[in-house]
Amino acid sequence: MSIAINQSRLRLYLPALPIVALAFLPVVVLVVLASGEPLSFGARNWRIFGNTVALTALTVGGAVLIGVPLAFATTCLRFRGAGVALAALAAPLAVPSYIGAFAYFAATGRGGELESILGFAPPEVRGLFGTAWVMTLYTFPFVLLSVRASLRRLDAGLVEAARTMGLSPLGAFLHVILPRIRGGLAAGALLVALYTLSDFATPAILGLDTFTRAIYVEYNAFGLSQAAWFSLQLLGLVAVILFFESRVRTARERPGRTLRWTPSLAFASGLWSAVGLIWLSAVGLPLALFLLWLRREGVSGFDLATLRHSVVPAALAAVFAVLCALPLARAASAGRIGRWMLRLTSFGFGIPGIVMGTVLVYVGLRLPFIYQTTAMLVVGYVLRFLPLATGSLREGLDRIEDNMTHAARSLGASPGEAFRRVSLPLIFPAALSGAALVFLEAMRELPLTLLLRPTGSETLTTRLWQVYEAGYFGEAALPGLLLILASSLAMLLFLRSERLLGLVAESEA
Amino acid sequence: MLSIHQLQIRYGETLAVQNFNLQVDTGEVMALVGPTGCGKSSVLRSVAGLCKPDAGQIVIEGLCTSGRQFIPPEKRRTGLVFQDFALFPHLNVEQNIGFRVKAPDAVETWISALGLELHRQAMPETLSGGQKQRVALARSLAHRPKLLLLDEPLSNLDAALKMELREQIRDAVKQAGVTAVWVTHDQEEAMTVGDRIAVMREGHLEQTDTPERCYEAPASRFVAGFFGEGRFIAAQPKGDLASTVLGECRVIHNRAAGQKMDAGESFDILLRPHDVDMISEDPGNATIISHRFEGETRRYGLRLDGGERIDARLNHEQRFKTGARIRARIAARHPLVAFPLRLRS
Repeated sequence: MSIAINQSRLRLYLPALPIVALAFLPVVVLVVLASGEPLSFGARNWRIFGNTVALTALTVGGAVLIGVPLAFATTCLRFRGAGVALAALAAPLAVPSYIGAFAYFAATGRGGELESILGFAPPEVRGLFGTAWVMTLYTFPFVLLSVRASLRRLDAGLVEAARTMGLSPLGAFLHVILPRIRGGLAAGALLVALYTLSDFATPAILGLDTFTRAIYVEYNAFGLSQAAWFSLQLLGLVAVILFFESRVRTARERPGRTLRWTPSLAFASGLWSAVGLIWLSAVGLPLALFLLWLRREGVSGFDLATLRHSVVPAALAAVFAVLCALPLARAASAGRIGRWMLRLTSFGFGIPGIVMGTVLVYVGLRLPFIYQTTAMLVVGYVLRFLPLATGSLREGLDRIEDNMTHAARSLGASPGEAFRRVSLPLIFPAALSGAALVFLEAMRELPLTLLLRPTGSETLTTRLWQVYEAGYFGEAALPGLLLILASSLAMLLFLRSERLLGLVAESEA
Repeated sequence: MLSIHQLQIRYGETLAVQNFNLQVDTGEVMALVGPTGCGKSSVLRSVAGLCKPDAGQIVIEGLCTSGRQFIPPEKRRTGLVFQDFALFPHLNVEQNIGFRVKAPDAVETWISALGLELHRQAMPETLSGGQKQRVALARSLAHRPKLLLLDEPLSNLDAALKMELREQIRDAVKQAGVTAVWVTHDQEEAMTVGDRIAVMREGHLEQTDTPERCYEAPASRFVAGFFGEGRFIAAQPKGDLASTVLGECRVIHNRAAGQKMDAGESFDILLRPHDVDMISEDPGNATIISHRFEGETRRYGLRLDGGERIDARLNHEQRFKTGARIRARIAARHPLVAFPLRLRS
């Protein structure tokens, strides 16, 4: 049987096609670029590959070690201020990891800021373990939130039933709880892996040669072919993660009564100190540092144009991303082919910013009229963050049950009128939040901006990078604080829209 | 008004609906009933134009549609009332009802007819299930459909509300004078709301008749079992009457297609629990094997000496012990329905 409503399906798919094609552009360009030079998989390449994999593994391990126990503590324990503790633990998401890397770079080691305050030099946070430590601090909330969502769906009755059937608490954990949270745990861990693989500035600042850093080095040395080879290898790793991600199933159950225990006072205070320590390391340190610099140096070194150069392209990207997302989201709601189109474009979010940047630089060199213009930067942002907009819009579209459009049709509305009068008003709030999300993400994007910005127009993020390269940290104060602000707003939106790439299925409210 | 010829709907390999023929007269409420998964919703959706039939024709007041000559739903003027209400969540009650209505008095008429005056400005999510369904009905009726289709309109409501809303919806449909097809899986609902009932089973129609005829003269053993309890016992013709171990009775022969009976051949008759009466007697002809108190009545399970099981429903004052010997007989004065013997292998 064919669904007659979708006779006009083809008309819905067609406008989405060019956008899908555009989302595939990066891979095509990379293959063309790489074919200019044969792959020489030498010792350097092995070292970079090893560093990337080791960093990802260490970060995932660290995030699971910190995230899982804290997920249990914040979900299943009844203690004073549990809400505050949760907010403190989610707060690292509101600090871009490169800000953290920058802060640790400036604060630790000989001659660091902390030495002048403490009187002795704390160990230097650099290299593989330093980078893994910083990445862990800023990514463990992904594990925390997704495991929490699984735990909240777990009905306490299941555990109680297991206990009455003779399982010890540990046995109940192993045989009842663990199998139910496995999906959530895997989803969170894979998201951490994806972030770590794509992150450019954190390993770059802390001096670890990963693929992202190597791509930038090659780009600066005009070795575009070599950069393309590194990019393809990195995309291969990303594809592996995305493959596993597509296989993760989080169990959808009716929410029941959540497990609850009341811990002893000593345990609760121990927990509080752990939470405090994590918050201080991830959020307190950079905030204190930037505020210190702000007091010491004032705002005199800050050029207001920097803010404008950040805001204008980001705002344009937000508008265009939503406009491009609309036909895609509409196609996705029309049928299976449309849903595949959406999946294909969501690949864009998996393409690390530095890779997208390299690709667009190559394209730009062939299209001189657009190279190093704001338009180019906006195109880059749209391609990279389109999935955020389509994700939000899909959520809005999911609110529209099939029957609602069917009802409109049976009341005499044509497909166009049904879309305009029923679907569009229903997805408007989602479109708005999608646009805001793209805007804020574009504001804090570093590598893409670094490669594509018009010459001479510094943004908040590139200013931070300049300051790092020049070693004159004080001037990072205001850009850093503004980026933390933009980032906090983005995270609030992200959490409010109840999904992190569709992995955290339940609101934390 | 509505006529469906040889409708066929296929989902991949499975035939959901086949050889389906139905005529609905102007102003009539046709209850389309059958167990879950029998294809009744598919029929309804193809009439509404929400799914394309693979073969056959649907004629709605002279408007002829088929799989090839497909007419989109908005051109059919069929109102559809959904199981899950499908109210537009961004519009209030009044705006929902007036979605595409040109004449404002139509909206007013149905707001007051369905008692929604106090909820004009309410948003759908604030309404109870019963209110939502009344809004959905008002919305459909205000658009003056030629044909109203109701897809299990009561199945998302709780039992107490069902009874009340059943009456309200039927009254409103009759007030509008609109022809309606009401899909349900509940046989009791079908009998109370339908002027006629179309009974579906595994994609085809078993019987299309008035509720009374469906109950008193079911066209098949399936229909007999679907509307009320009943057991079959063997009978032999004896003149105009039929003779059974429980005595003689008048019969009507089932004339459904392919069920012609030869004169003199034995057959089964349908015995509903209230067709049976009994008295205490030893040896008698049966043993009581179960007893259920139902309030006003008692329902006894009997095993006849020949081994057959039958049920009897008596007034609550008539009390027998389980295991007691009794003599059962046919008490019904009306003729019982005869069915050809089931092929026994």
